Amino acid sequence: MEEEVKNITPDERQEYVINMGPQHPSTHGVLRLVVSLKGEIVKNIEPHIGYIHRGIEKMCESITYPQIIHLTDRMDYLSAHINNEAVCLNVEKALEVDIPDRIKVIRTIMSELTRIQSHQLWWASFGMDLGGLTCFFYGLRDREKILDIFEETCGGRMLVSYNCPGGVMYDIHPNFQKRVKDFIKYFRKILPEYDQLLSGNVIFHERSKGIGKLSLEDAISYGVTGPTGRASGFSCDVRKHEPYSAYDRITFKEILHTEGDTYSRYIARIDEMWESMNIIEQLIDNIPEGPFAVKMKPIIKLPEGEYYQRVETARGELGVYIISDGNKNPYRVKFRSPNFVNLSVFNHIVKGFKIADLVAIGGSLDLVIPDIDR
Amino acid sequence: MRSIINYLKEIILGVWSLLKGMKVTGSYFFRPSTIVTQKYPSNRKDLVMFDRFKGEVVMPHNEKNEHKCTGCGICELNCPNGTIEVISKTIISEDGKKKRAIDKHIYRLGMCTFCALCVKTCPSNALAFSQKFEHAVFNRALLIKTLNKPGSQLMKGVE
Ligand code: SF4
Ligand code: SF4
Repeated sequence: MEEEVKNITPDERQEYVINMGPQHPSTHGVLRLVVSLKGEIVKNIEPHIGYIHRGIEKMCESITYPQIIHLTDRMDYLSAHINNEAVCLNVEKALEVDIPDRIKVIRTIMSELTRIQSHQLWWASFGMDLGGLTCFFYGLRDREKILDIFEETCGGRMLVSYNCPGGVMYDIHPNFQKRVKDFIKYFRKILPEYDQLLSGNVIFHERSKGIGKLSLEDAISYGVTGPTGRASGFSCDVRKHEPYSAYDRITFKEILHTEGDTYSRYIARIDEMWESMNIIEQLIDNIPEGPFAVKMKPIIKLPEGEYYQRVETARGELGVYIISDGNKNPYRVKFRSPNFVNLSVFNHIVKGFKIADLVAIGGSLDLVIPDIDR
Repeated sequence: MRSIINYLKEIILGVWSLLKGMKVTGSYFFRPSTIVTQKYPSNRKDLVMFDRFKGEVVMPHNEKNEHKCTGCGICELNCPNGTIEVISKTIISEDGKKKRAIDKHIYRLGMCTFCALCVKTCPSNALAFSQKFEHAVFNRALLIKTLNKPGSQLMKGVE
């Protein structure tokens, strides 16, 4: 026994391996990180995933196209609407259906509302990770207003299942426009409060500025997208580069920052909330008249071939890849999920920082675990 | 000298930023009108859910205990996870023809994902969502429901 202890080199003796998760409040889901520490410094982290693997891609192979949509809700539950839209756009592209403007505009407004509520929840939990419990209450309070809009129009709060191939499930509720306008008016007043509460806070600055730097080269080579990538200066907004739905008819800025640290990832998301409000304001007053869904065949069969569609979710680029053999079920479905790719960069940027920074950096990556495992 | 001034400035600005945050939280203390918390469950009586809220799938019956389900089984086909099971029977209608009718429409609430495909695709609009959301029961078997009421019949004029 004694001999064994002697044989360990001093270096090994100093490295301390702990397990963070899968049930840790700041991993925001069942993510397990094996963290090697030297004192307080993080040497290496090794993410272990798969605790919430449900085999969604495999399940998709045995169900029809309209049925796939409710499963995509359950991947990234905070961008549920945008995930739905990705599958629908792909199916519509494969069938070459023309989608009326009304549907496009409704989908875009809903997507942007989804983005705002996702960032609100992220802000709430990020503040809580860094020790500001007040943020959590304020973030959730404001998110509730968007969830009410969803509940009234789609019937669901988080898992909306509102899209279907060819359009949306129901027409927008008569109160929809009024509610959205009320929300924008309200939130334009509230968002500066977020800044006063957290963005300007000196403790927050100390904990986020210069922490977890991700360079532009690394962002590109790892394929980090979404606000995380854009905070490093990687122009990767699918809405801008490959506009889908109604994004080609509105003007909006792509939020780009260059520092790539935790703080700029934070600011990028706050700015995105402002930008999303601008987008909604441009569309909400002129929703064109028309049907809310195109009539599709009761059994949708895609022509043989491969189809790919990408969209910008609240966390980055989601790609849906469908191989069809002409049947009513897809032959293979693959989701390129933004969180899985964003997780891969975690180890790279966290090395050399303190263990408390691990929580801050993890929070700023805004990971949603069910989307990683699928 | 300069570094001392900078140091003091940093402290003062830091404290100022903390005070600014506290002003926000403090101001809510004096504005009770901004409280959004609902006192559930004591407000249960006047809690109104939105009409489209997907609580559970039901089959509306009219006052004569008639429903619109013809037993075609389309909802069962469209349900992604086998929540619905339609058990049909053959009946002899008034004019002596054999007809398919529903015997039992079984709905397993515990499996339903509220995707609304059954409600949307039913050709005779026999299904709807109710706004009930308090589904907790002590026995799992209670979550398996038969949607057509005992002794109910097909509404006249629905084919
Ligand atoms: S509920 Fe509607 S779809 Fe289902 S069996 Fe009855 S009529 Fe057919
Ligand atoms: S809502 Fe969806 S999961 Fe539930 S019974 Fe209807 S089709 Fe099945």
